[in-house]
Amino acid sequence: MIKRSNWSIPYFIFLILFVVMPLVLVAVFAFQDGSGRFTLANITRFFTDKDALATFALSIEIAIENTALCILIGYPVAWILSNKKYNHSTVTIILFILPMWINALMRTLATAELFNMLDFNLGKGTLLYGMVYDYLPFMIYPIYNILNKMDKSYAEAAEDLGANPWQVFWKVTFPLSIPGVASGILMVFMPTVSTFAISEFLTNGKIKLFGTIIQENINSSMWNYGAALSLVMLIIIGITTLFSHKEEENMEEGLI
Amino acid sequence: MKKFLAQSYIWIVLILLYSPLIFIAVFSFTESRVLGNWTGFSLKLYENLFSGGMNGSSSLMSAVKNTFIIAVIAASLSTILGTIAAIGIFNLRGRRKQTMQFLNNIPMLNPDVITGVSLFLLFVFLGFSQGYVTVILAHISFCTPYVVLSVLPRLTQLNPNTYEAALDLGATPSQALFKVLIPQLRPGMISGFFLAFTMSLDDFAVTFFTRGTIGLDTLSTYIYTDARKGGLTPELRPLMTLIFLIILVLLIILNVHQARQIKKQKKNEKISKYSAGSGFSHRLSRRS
Repeated sequence: MIKRSNWSIPYFIFLILFVVMPLVLVAVFAFQDGSGRFTLANITRFFTDKDALATFALSIEIAIENTALCILIGYPVAWILSNKKYNHSTVTIILFILPMWINALMRTLATAELFNMLDFNLGKGTLLYGMVYDYLPFMIYPIYNILNKMDKSYAEAAEDLGANPWQVFWKVTFPLSIPGVASGILMVFMPTVSTFAISEFLTNGKIKLFGTIIQENINSSMWNYGAALSLVMLIIIGITTLFSHKEEENMEEGLI
Repeated sequence: MKKFLAQSYIWIVLILLYSPLIFIAVFSFTESRVLGNWTGFSLKLYENLFSGGMNGSSSLMSAVKNTFIIAVIAASLSTILGTIAAIGIFNLRGRRKQTMQFLNNIPMLNPDVITGVSLFLLFVFLGFSQGYVTVILAHISFCTPYVVLSVLPRLTQLNPNTYEAALDLGATPSQALFKVLIPQLRPGMISGFFLAFTMSLDDFAVTFFTRGTIGLDTLSTYIYTDARKGGLTPELRPLMTLIFLIILVLLIILNVHQARQIKKQKKNEKISKYSAGSGFSHRLSRRS
């Protein structure tokens, strides 16, 4: 099979064409004006555009709140599901994953309609609810995975040595589950910043997130500014990925 | 007491997760065009959905059809490309292997919007007219990494001697490939195919940016346009209910099947790290 290494060539070419090139083009378009000349105007425009900056800040804020809520709600779920004392069946776990197979837009719209029927005012509150609703499974699953695979003898040892349940959790179980939480954060945080459509539906178009302004610019043929905004986002992704790279490495086993 | 608290917590979260879905399902059995307005039991929306009657629902069915056609083609091509790539990557060493693995990770780390915008710019730059072909190419680009990741572990588990034994026994390299290697990779290829398939089905943002202006609609883009026009086509309610039921049945079958396989595997004392739930976790790790 030694000679088969050149079998990776077609995929290599494909990746260069359809993954690397497009990303390079984002950067190229971001530094060009409408007629193809080099300019920094698109980048400076973002940093001087109050609306765009406000949207950006709001997106980050909502993403942080969403991530925090997902951890607060999702961690106990994952813990209970992984605990043999409280849960014996895989059916409950499947029940948590099942909604994810339904088209995300459809689920979001259903949530929005439900709020409408209950006469809730669509706004930031409903947006957060919908975000948590959409992303909660992404937080539950990696945490569940790592808790489920965790060697129970650590917790037992702590118990034997006289730790109370509270101490066992905070000093043993929780620290060991941090890679799961980190991977959950990665799965919830960036996608929240970049969603479009979801925020429009859940707030009746009142609140825009960063993904929405990228989409609006591209759709109204402001490709260069849209590309600049995408570039800003790409840089943030790069930073978050580098930041969580270590955790991710620890997590690789857990994800599978 | 503790157990009661734990279980009620689980149930409360589950009820919240399912309430919108149940809400839609209940209102699929009434005629009212406004969601949340019960006008008596009726199967009219189901009838409309299948007969294509009533305004809008025929384009709804063509959107459903497009979604499936695109998903089948994209998943099949991704499976072929990804399997060949996985065999290649497995045989690479050092720097080159790392580079391939790094490149393979990019589409998984990119949020949908960025993938969509960047591919849109590519097609504009190359002057491709956007439509079916560009959507399928785009779908292949974000689906293939998952096929690669499903096939690679199979290759590591594989006994390399079987391939060489086939050669020693007089098989040509291509015979050895199709009769020995591919059959052993098949489980990985199948799970890769289904991952790719479900991801293609669920995609919205990438399709949205790469479908061009020829009026190509998948279910996601249809719902998006529909909702922006105000008011959902009522026929979407029975459609969602049916999709939900189909997925429920499929998941039950799949799980029974997986449970059996695990039992078998345990008997053989070969517990693969790619056992139950690998599909779920891949899918979940997708948007990271």
